[in-house]
Amino acid sequence: MNRHLISAADVSRSDALLILDTAEELASVADRSIKKLPTLRGRTVVNLFYEDSTRTRISFEAAAKRLSADVINFSAKGSSVAKGESLKDTALTLEAMGADAVVIRHGASGAPHRLAGWVRGSVVNAGDGTHEHPTQALLDAFTIRRRLRGPVTGDVRGRDLDGIRVTIVGDVLHSRVARSNVLLLSTLGAQVTLAAPPTLVPLGVGTWPCGISYDLDAELPKSDVVMMLRVQRERMNAAYFPSVREYSRRYGLDGERMARLPEHAIVMHPGPMNRGVEIAADVADSPRSTIVEQVANGVTVRMAVLYLLLGGAELPAISTTGVER
Amino acid sequence: MCAATARVGVEVLDAEEIRRALTRIAHEILERTHGGDEAVLLGIQTRGVPLARRLAGRILEFEGLDVPCGALDVTLHRDDLRLRPARALGHTDLPAGGIDGKTVVLVDDVLYSGRTIRAALDALNDLGRPHAVQLAVLVDRGHRELPIRADYVGKNLPTSQREMVRVLLAEVDGADAVLISEVARA
Repeated sequence: MNRHLISAADVSRSDALLILDTAEELASVADRSIKKLPTLRGRTVVNLFYEDSTRTRISFEAAAKRLSADVINFSAKGSSVAKGESLKDTALTLEAMGADAVVIRHGASGAPHRLAGWVRGSVVNAGDGTHEHPTQALLDAFTIRRRLRGPVTGDVRGRDLDGIRVTIVGDVLHSRVARSNVLLLSTLGAQVTLAAPPTLVPLGVGTWPCGISYDLDAELPKSDVVMMLRVQRERMNAAYFPSVREYSRRYGLDGERMARLPEHAIVMHPGPMNRGVEIAADVADSPRSTIVEQVANGVTVRMAVLYLLLGGAELPAISTTGVER
Repeated sequence: MCAATARVGVEVLDAEEIRRALTRIAHEILERTHGGDEAVLLGIQTRGVPLARRLAGRILEFEGLDVPCGALDVTLHRDDLRLRPARALGHTDLPAGGIDGKTVVLVDDVLYSGRTIRAALDALNDLGRPHAVQLAVLVDRGHRELPIRADYVGKNLPTSQREMVRVLLAEVDGADAVLISEVARA
């Protein structure tokens, strides 16, 4: 039994569809005058953020509040962590306060996994180091399904992403979003290709269920989705490319490159953007960009995750063991 | 829900009797809503939804009046969520005109403890402010745990709490029937 959401690798195809379909139903809540459901009344969700974040923390907070859960925000700055408290001791404190779920963002890959062994509640990974960010992958899958399946079939519930070609571009090496997306999107049937400079492709990428290309221009005409990654300068401890301008020229998405995409293709970015580096401003603001939509969908998808992990009895509805591929 | 549900138990209403009960309820709804102009039929997931559609069909047939018809999923408002693992959500689909100021007729298959209807009333509260809410059920089997009653009843069915009442509908189960059986499920 697994009651946590730590890695997109643990999410089976049926669980992923359950989450996306649940989110599809919950999406209507955002359009109502009363954006609130009583479902998680009396449950406590702790946002444990060791790294800076705006959208993810606010998104989880909004999701929990729309389901009537109590939310405790904890950021490492200005807390006992600054005095040297360990993750385990912080976890035990939260445990004693009766947290039903801990949403954790941490700079160290694997921190949520460790935390899951210490607390009784559910642990949701909101980004750990360069490892994973599973709810981002879920909201991206949700956005892709709505944008590309919606106009064709109307009702997208129960549909997977079979045959959709996704190109993930840029700093894959430092990206937890890329890894989670490769795992989840391929579980849902999409064909994922990474397009990145050789220096920004992680070791061991050969075992990932995706293709690799060093030439973005060759991939564009055969992409239904282009997902631009942020160049994570704060994690770069060496010179991975000669200059920002050169990176931008070879791997940045500008208007000219966007014109080479198929008619229906969409442009995604997990945010925050470096306008003018990996994505040009006019591309980010174009109608083909889903960047703002992704933020709105993030709340909906996180509501679905919290509902499925906390809404029922002890045993959650999404069994994250026994992964089927 | 699987297509052809096993027919276990004694049949207490057959397809013809269900048809007649719905015809009567449709007439009663027209009477009690003064012609049905401001009425909205809302079926409660799962089997209330086809029942609501059938009632809307009858009303269209009798009076040529197209009563707005929708679906309501009450899962997120239930009081027994923590007794079972989290459930998949059904689809909530409100008619285009909404429910504000309307007479909402909730439609469900079986009225038992009344807890589903309480959840539905809570859900309605978040969706708008109807002028009035009424309840139509195909079967009222008694054993209420809340002060809730139905305005339109297809059949009052005295039961013991150890018995199970199942409504089968062609749209979901392949055929129409109401069955009663001794506790067949744990």
